[in-house]
Amino acid sequence: MAYFILKRLFQSIFVMLAVAFLAFSLFRFVGDPVSQMTGVETSVQDQEQLREELGLNDPFVVQFYRFTTDILKGDFGYSYRTRQPVNEMIASRIPATIELGITALMISLIVGIPAGVYTALRTRGFATQTILLTTLVGVSIPTFVIGIVLIFLFGVTLGWMPTFGRGGTVDLGGWTTSFLTLEGWSYLILPAITLGVYQLTLTMRLVRAEMMEVMRSDYIRFATARGIPQRKLHYRHALGNTMIPVITIIGLQFGGVIAFSIVTESVFQWPGMGLLFLESVRFVDIPVMGVYLVVIAFFFVLVNLVVDILYLMIDPRLRVKEAI
Amino acid sequence: MMSRFFQSDGVYYFLRTPSAIVAAIIVVIIVGGAIFAPWIAQSNPYDLASFSLMDGLLPPVWQGGDPRFLLGTDNQGRDMVSSILYGARLSLFIGFMSMAIATVLGVGLGLAAGYYGGRFDAIVMRIADVQLALPAILTALLIDGISRGLLPPSVQQDLRVVVLIIAIALSLWVNFARTARASVFVERNKDYVQAAMIMGQRPSRVMLRHILPNIMGPLLVIMTVDLASAILLEATLSFLGIGLPADSPSLGTLIRIGMQFQLSGEWWILWVPTIVLAALVVSINILGDFLRDIFNPRLR
Repeated sequence: MAYFILKRLFQSIFVMLAVAFLAFSLFRFVGDPVSQMTGVETSVQDQEQLREELGLNDPFVVQFYRFTTDILKGDFGYSYRTRQPVNEMIASRIPATIELGITALMISLIVGIPAGVYTALRTRGFATQTILLTTLVGVSIPTFVIGIVLIFLFGVTLGWMPTFGRGGTVDLGGWTTSFLTLEGWSYLILPAITLGVYQLTLTMRLVRAEMMEVMRSDYIRFATARGIPQRKLHYRHALGNTMIPVITIIGLQFGGVIAFSIVTESVFQWPGMGLLFLESVRFVDIPVMGVYLVVIAFFFVLVNLVVDILYLMIDPRLRVKEAI
Repeated sequence: MMSRFFQSDGVYYFLRTPSAIVAAIIVVIIVGGAIFAPWIAQSNPYDLASFSLMDGLLPPVWQGGDPRFLLGTDNQGRDMVSSILYGARLSLFIGFMSMAIATVLGVGLGLAAGYYGGRFDAIVMRIADVQLALPAILTALLIDGISRGLLPPSVQQDLRVVVLIIAIALSLWVNFARTARASVFVERNKDYVQAAMIMGQRPSRVMLRHILPNIMGPLLVIMTVDLASAILLEATLSFLGIGLPADSPSLGTLIRIGMQFQLSGEWWILWVPTIVLAALVVSINILGDFLRDIFNPRLR
């Protein structure tokens, strides 16, 4: 088991190095950093001096090493567009995106799991067919369309919810949160639903497939024969055994949620990392693009690693397989 | 030949799946309209002379609009029907091209990785790992951003479509590579492949003529689903304003333009392209689901 964890750890480090290399190549080869940082009136000598000071004349490997160590120290350089340190820019945007992502994931679980169980138990009912068709539509409709529909319904026609920005937030020592006020929730709920719909359909389909698989197994039949009440049978015995693959996939999806929040944040002008990334793509603000890339990949790789290790701990069968 | 086609399992199940029939009809109508757009559409949205500002913002016919414009016009006086035909044409072109490139690239790498194994396999799969750590939309945005930095502004506008196709293709190839590779691992040890190898056939021939036809089923399903993803991705990028410029509108661009009229009551400018896009993607996904069931007899 230690061998397996070590192997996965090395794999993760490799992926991170590759992504860092990608980000570094962005810095180095897309546009000239010096001409980005200086104005038109800067003399050639000054430009050359700056180039030397920044270490851009050093060998490639040395530069990449410096880049990687700077990232590990949390020094991400300066934005071309705003001239602010990139780590401050990203840090101020992280809470908005994380809170949006978590709320979306919660919505997808709270609705997705019961719906999955229901459709698995009543395979031929009218409600099941309707739900299944709705999920197919949910997978196929682009996120931004869902956002538009919600804005149109609840923002424009009914006027119940604000549709723009994050509203008032409470500052908890650098972490701004929408969770503590009613106003914050009213701004959060539409974007969170928009982002959660795709995850919801995915969760539902997965729970349904796993549930149907488990319900056919011998131990469920035996439990039925023992006279265990239906409700307990379904929710304790069957659902419990579907949770491992479900948790895995949901863990893996969280990285996707954070990335897909780019679209949702754009529709609702939600001031998170995705909106920042979008602005930097538009202005070719390479440092911010590179750092966003590294942050997202780190998140993704970390979640992957934790899920794999958890999986190994939860399911004893896997440990045995590794031992052989 | 034809009678054999009509007696096949696929057709048999198709004719008994109403949702698949409806989906196929919708896809045929939209794809047909897109292909024949230059002959069907009454005006060309790219041609400034073919529409007039005087006809701007007319509602659809059933809301008292001009009978010349069935679904109304936008603020420039462009006929919505024509815009949508040309928009779908562009969206489908980009979708098909990127899906095709992703298929060739992914299947090629996957076949070779599975066939040769060893170091080549390891390299391809590590690249796939890195690719998987970056969600599709991020990859596409990144390639788009890089192209803005690298290409001189003069050619950027002309190359937008090419950049978009490459960006989408590069974010979709991993699916194909993994499926092809996994299938090759299964097929490689079967007798027919062993026989072909013993006969001394070249690796490329074994891969393309012997293995590939036998793994077409799952690949076809991925191609369908990825065509839908590619169309969605293009629409999303154009909607975000980093895909196509406003003068060559795809469905995504049309929706972005329509967003400006959301509050002012001209609902058709937003909703007509939105509904067409949704109908197209839902239908393609229904067909993909249908194909999956066909190739997976256990689920029948």
